[in-house]
Amino acid sequence: MLMCREATRLMSLKQDRVLTLREKTALRFHLSMCGACRACARQFDLLHAIGEHHPAALKPSSTQDD
Amino acid sequence: MITATHSPDEHIAALRPKLVAFARLQLRDNAAAEDTVQDTLITALEKHDTFGGRSAFETWVFGILKNKILERLRQQGRFVAWQSDEQSDDDALENLFQDNGRWQATKRPVPWGDPDQVLENTAFWKVLDACLVALPENTARVFTMRELMELSTPEICNVLDISESNCWVILHRARLKLRDCIEKGWLT
Repeated sequence: MLMCREATRLMSLKQDRVLTLREKTALRFHLSMCGACRACARQFDLLHAIGEHHPAALKPSSTQDD
Repeated sequence: MITATHSPDEHIAALRPKLVAFARLQLRDNAAAEDTVQDTLITALEKHDTFGGRSAFETWVFGILKNKILERLRQQGRFVAWQSDEQSDDDALENLFQDNGRWQATKRPVPWGDPDQVLENTAFWKVLDACLVALPENTARVFTMRELMELSTPEICNVLDISESNCWVILHRARLKLRDCIEKGWLT
């Protein structure tokens, strides 16, 4: 059975490549039972979003002028 | 607010601190960051006239900067002192989980709240920057290439000459350490 350590590996991998069906299923099943890993998964998603939001990276947002 | 009446020089001067901050995070070396930005600005100035809109211009300058950073990373090549900085890193990771693969009781992640609010919180960015600096150099480099420069893992492997599975292992480690560090530094 998938434990937290391995679940975090899949959550991380999901940011970098498409998971296989088996990986997705195993991860989803684990997340359905584990609140700490659900929090971790959301945090990995957030870390993946920093490129778009970093104050230094200033992707054009609401002030777009083109 | 920068208007069309500003000269290219002013336009670029306003952008400079952001460029330096970005380059510093990636290169972890003030002199190298300044050099790279200098180089970027010269290129930007030469071609400034071809850009009308401000955000298009900024995005374009960041594109130049990313390329210059990549060029520099390529020249530096390979990982330096990979072994030594990886060992202590592995030890630190062991502390996150019990032998059976479950989280250590004191290391269990807790929710950070609404992601949009987190990303708008300047305190979050401060802690993130501090946590990135605290990461071992190679780990931080791979993470920032992936998440700040938004390169794909095959591109990162190509520049650093490491395997893709190695890259995934490093990113997994980086994310675990960062989330732990951020939670400690920010919520407590």
